[in-house]
Amino acid sequence: MSVFSTYPGQVIVDNPVSVPIEHRFDPYVDNGGTLLSISGEDFCVVAADTRQSEGYSINSRYVPKSVKLSNKTVISMGGCYADCLTLTKKIQQSMEWYQHAHGKTMSTAAVAQMLSIMLYQKRFFPFYSWCILGGLDEEGKGAVYTYDPVGSYERESCRCAGSASSLIQPFLDNQIGFKNQESNKTKLSLDQVLRITKDSFTSATERDIYTGDYLEIFVITSKGVEVQKMDLKKD
Amino acid sequence: MDHFPTNWGNPRSEEVDSYNTYPVASHIGNVPHSVRQIAGYGHTNGHPTSHTQSPVVTGTSVLGLKYKGGVMMAADNLASYGSLARFRDIERLHKVTDFTVLGASGDMSDFQYVKHLLDSQMIKEYNADDGHTLATHNIYEYLWRVMYNRRSKMNPLWNTFVLGGVNKGESFLGAIDLKGTPYQSASIATGFGSHLAQPILRKELEQRGGENNITEEQAVEILKKSMKVLWYRDARSMNKFQLAKITSEGVTISESMSVETEWGFAENIRGYGA
Repeated sequence: MSVFSTYPGQVIVDNPVSVPIEHRFDPYVDNGGTLLSISGEDFCVVAADTRQSEGYSINSRYVPKSVKLSNKTVISMGGCYADCLTLTKKIQQSMEWYQHAHGKTMSTAAVAQMLSIMLYQKRFFPFYSWCILGGLDEEGKGAVYTYDPVGSYERESCRCAGSASSLIQPFLDNQIGFKNQESNKTKLSLDQVLRITKDSFTSATERDIYTGDYLEIFVITSKGVEVQKMDLKKD
Repeated sequence: MDHFPTNWGNPRSEEVDSYNTYPVASHIGNVPHSVRQIAGYGHTNGHPTSHTQSPVVTGTSVLGLKYKGGVMMAADNLASYGSLARFRDIERLHKVTDFTVLGASGDMSDFQYVKHLLDSQMIKEYNADDGHTLATHNIYEYLWRVMYNRRSKMNPLWNTFVLGGVNKGESFLGAIDLKGTPYQSASIATGFGSHLAQPILRKELEQRGGENNITEEQAVEILKKSMKVLWYRDARSMNKFQLAKITSEGVTISESMSVETEWGFAENIRGYGA
């Protein structure tokens, strides 16, 4: 083996090995997008952008990522849109069966657990889907449940997921969780939460290519679910 | 005589039923369907199960644009065999119902199969005879599920479909790709079109303030302009295409047409004309 000067990134290969390269159909695609959910004392906010991307292209500027499941529950999903939409349909169909069998709407906590089980059932061919479930619990308090693609879940006070999650989550930790500042823990009002949400998305849109176009915000209160739509930068 | 070429030259196997009678006595016995698919045995014709790895005869871009009063789509008449312009009179815009058109890019044999599936669905609808006809978004949902389930079996229908239609005055335009990704928009372009034509379609929509400010004549002009760009720049395109128009009055798929192109500039450029 001859020794010669290396430049950064160069690798000296001693015994090159030839290995067949297998090309297979890849069933997954990342459609991008960002979502977040913040819980309040008696409300919950679920927000997501509406851009659907594929690589460097935009498929469509308005494909909603959030779906209202009931008057007290909204789900939002990012990742592979085909998987997300299929999973949403499965949840809606199960909720309909539950309604007929039990004569009542599924509670947010019940949907939360069911979703975890649904995700794990495809543990060996997962739904490539980053889910956030937002709603009101049985006491009327805001609830946010966070998932990974195979069903690990946890109730939290606020969470963001998707392509710009690493940009927004730290901001949320500071503004909602009051981390890294003189502790001034107050209960945030709906108005404050909405402003933080909108600021999060406008900032994420600046730096994340997959986030932008429109922002859809679902606000869940005891009165039901209200939807707001606002513009984001389209570049 | 063994009619199946894959068996020629192979040693005769007890499991292979040359005349393809079914069921065949086999020592493997009762094999679940999923195992037949995956493991590749249990078939009577001796072929292993194979999944689509790459498309063979393909169509290039399909364009779709919503305008005031309906939806318009465009696709050329070429089905390529790799780099060979093999079939030059293929209609890639297919009338599904009186108010819905399906455009296909990608593998043409899979498109033919999907046409067959949709025909079967339409026959079921006709037999149900319940006063309902499948609306565009119903066909879209069905097609999406077919595409998604095939990709989930790792055996996709290698197409990107564009579905356009009008129902009760509402226009519909959506696309579904081979991985089962569905999306709707006022302008759709598949394949090369997504890079070359989509910017043109989006700019027109934006400048005119939406689809309700585009007339039928303007939509034709916009699509023809896009098809011209594709003819110039897509190496697998052809200057012979059809336009499909869907309004509340019904579906019209035009005769094949061409765009005027300008090649004179190349006369004096070394390597192109000189």
